[in-house]
Amino acid sequence: MSKKILLEHAHIEGIETFDTYRKNGGYEALEKAIKTMSPEAVVEEAKKSGVRGRGGAGFPMGMKWGFLAKPEGVPRYLVCNADESEPGTFKDHYLMKTIPHLLIEGMIISSFALGANKSFIYVRGELMYVINILQQAIAEAKANGFLGKNILGSGYDLELVVHPGGGAYICGEETALLESLEGKRGNPRNKPPFPAVKGLYQCPTVVNNVESIANMVWIINNGGDAYAAVGVGRSTGTKLISASGHIKNPGVYEIELGLSVEEFMNSDEYCGGIRDGHHLKALVAGGSSVPIIPANLVYKTANGEDRLMSYESLSDGGFATGTMLGSGGFIVFDETACIVRNTWNFSRFYHHESCGQCSPCREGTGWMEKVLHRIEHGHGNMRDIDLLVDVAKKIEGNTICPLGDAAAWPVASAIRHFRDEFEWHVKYPKEATRPGAVYMGEAELV
Amino acid sequence: MNQVAEPIAFTPERQKRVDQMIANYPEGRQKSALLPVLHVAQEQWGWLSSEVMDHVAKLLDIQPIEVYEVATFYTMFHLDPVGKNVIEYCRTGPCCLMGAEDVYSHLKQKLGIQAGETTPDGLFSLKEVECLAACGWGPVFQIREKYYMNLTNEKVDSIIEELSQ
Ligand SMILES: NC(=O)C1=CN([C@@H]2O[C@H](COP(=O)(O)OP(=O)(O)OC[C@H]3O[C@@H](n4cnc5c(N)ncnc54)[C@H](O)[C@@H]3O)[C@@H](O)[C@H]2O)C=CC1
Ligand SMILES: Cc1cc2nc3c(=O)[nH]c(=O)nc-3n(C[C@H](O)[C@H](O)[C@H](O)COP(=O)(O)O)c2cc1C
Ligand code: SF4
Ligand code: FES
Repeated sequence: MSKKILLEHAHIEGIETFDTYRKNGGYEALEKAIKTMSPEAVVEEAKKSGVRGRGGAGFPMGMKWGFLAKPEGVPRYLVCNADESEPGTFKDHYLMKTIPHLLIEGMIISSFALGANKSFIYVRGELMYVINILQQAIAEAKANGFLGKNILGSGYDLELVVHPGGGAYICGEETALLESLEGKRGNPRNKPPFPAVKGLYQCPTVVNNVESIANMVWIINNGGDAYAAVGVGRSTGTKLISASGHIKNPGVYEIELGLSVEEFMNSDEYCGGIRDGHHLKALVAGGSSVPIIPANLVYKTANGEDRLMSYESLSDGGFATGTMLGSGGFIVFDETACIVRNTWNFSRFYHHESCGQCSPCREGTGWMEKVLHRIEHGHGNMRDIDLLVDVAKKIEGNTICPLGDAAAWPVASAIRHFRDEFEWHVKYPKEATRPGAVYMGEAELV
Repeated sequence: MNQVAEPIAFTPERQKRVDQMIANYPEGRQKSALLPVLHVAQEQWGWLSSEVMDHVAKLLDIQPIEVYEVATFYTMFHLDPVGKNVIEYCRTGPCCLMGAEDVYSHLKQKLGIQAGETTPDGLFSLKEVECLAACGWGPVFQIREKYYMNLTNEKVDSIIEELSQ
């Protein structure tokens, strides 16, 4: 059994209610923090834990908290990013609906640490039923004196507001999220300044992912050092992985970072292996934005080392032979999956979701979608494949926010590793575009 | 154009929720309540007409254009009338790996409409959406607040039948 930091109590009947959560040790970390620790001491534990942002970028949380500007007389804000829209990612959804008080308790501890008196949870609007669950949890926390004015007699006041989005992937990007929270379109801002200096209403703001914040409960109960002892190297702690695609047991799993990819994929405790009678063809390890890798690079890196579920090991080999941990959206493809069709599908997604501010992203995503549609539907030519690589290169690094890169990487990596499959679509359009047709050529299957 | 010209107003219960939403944000930042209030408006009227958006602008003390800008940016808002049940089905990659394309063609066939259309009896509209953060439980669609997951043709049949009663 792997270490459980977030989901230890997730399977207990009624854990979404205050009473059951409390009976299982809930709100003890909050009591400890507020009654016995200073805000600085809480930040110190976050730093010691080494926990890295679970929204995908992996930036050390304690360091970010340390960067928060503290000008006199200006309010500071904590905003929880629960916009979760990255294809393949559904862990925050699971955490919030299953054990909402873990997020609420984490929010109160983190707000206390940062000196915020009003904090926001920005939840994608589609998850209205989860918003209702969170509202209920907030009401319960308030009724029990853990939230509101003068929490546990400490003199510390906090109000938590749950804010629904309106359906826009880009609002998961933290500065777009802040614009959206101000009642505007979700157009990302230029960084720097980072939100820690100029964020919500131009005030210093920390934006953290749901899972990042939920980790604070265990960190306060057990200490940052104990957290840092879990995991491997700079990938400390556990990670929620959303597993989908052609595996036996899709779902959300908590793993200790450093678990081997092979065990995660094939053990019955996790994915349970590729569905019966099929073979692994490819993997996207961290949500649709990260590079896709072929089967022969999934369990071993190009150097022949075991591939581990960690920030470092998954990205080992860089773009040539690696992928990324990202948001933990583990999407598995077996030999029945058409890489061209999937790449086209993802490109359409990014084109649809581009906010349109930068021309390389707005136009480039449109081009890629169009060209991929052409190839997938049997009207492509060989030059189109190089054209795609070229467009992807021109987007990369030339935009305000990383959505442009996120659109370019899946295309570039799919062509890098599965070029023969794109060529096959061009050479045999009739065969390739038959429903269910998949190239079975030279790709190595495991 | 044959609508009865009634003054636009939230029901008292909804107006109370709207007031609370505005109070959630700092003094002078009432524009922040725009998305939450638009959700309540869509809940009441089913879609956002320009009259409804103008009303929201007045409540938040902002320009109507600020409301239009936002309502057109976010995909959850319907800017035209829709059927009683809007079925928003996820068309993104991971759901497709889980067999979504077949289930959705069955759905379309069953209702006799394509995405963007409404059944003649006004009961159902179909809308294609992107990833709903339920990929491992796909294929998935949502109708208002409810998620319907692990869909199969049989499940689709029984959901449609139930909602047709
Ligand atoms: N969870 C999801 O649904 C999705 C996640 N992503 C992930 O988002 C990632 C990109 O996110 P970004 O926020 O653009 O990455 P980033 O690297 O710019 O920032 C990461 C975090 O660190 C903070 N930060 C970085 N340098 C800082 C400094 N010098 N001072 C203060 N704060 C600093 C940022 O404010 C931010 O909160 C991608 O790697 C991708 O995996 C992308 C799409 C969806
Ligand atoms: C296009 C785009 C979408 C993003 N979507 C999300 C998201 O849905 N949830 C999330 O936590 N972070 C998302 N991020 C990352 C955030 O910008 C930010 O790094 C994160 O919320 C910081 O929290 P963390 O440090 O706890 O991970 C996205 C980034 C980009 C570029
Ligand atoms: S990269 Fe794309 S999504 Fe990001 S700001 Fe530019 S146009 Fe908008
Ligand atoms: S791809 Fe359909 S819910 Fe994520």
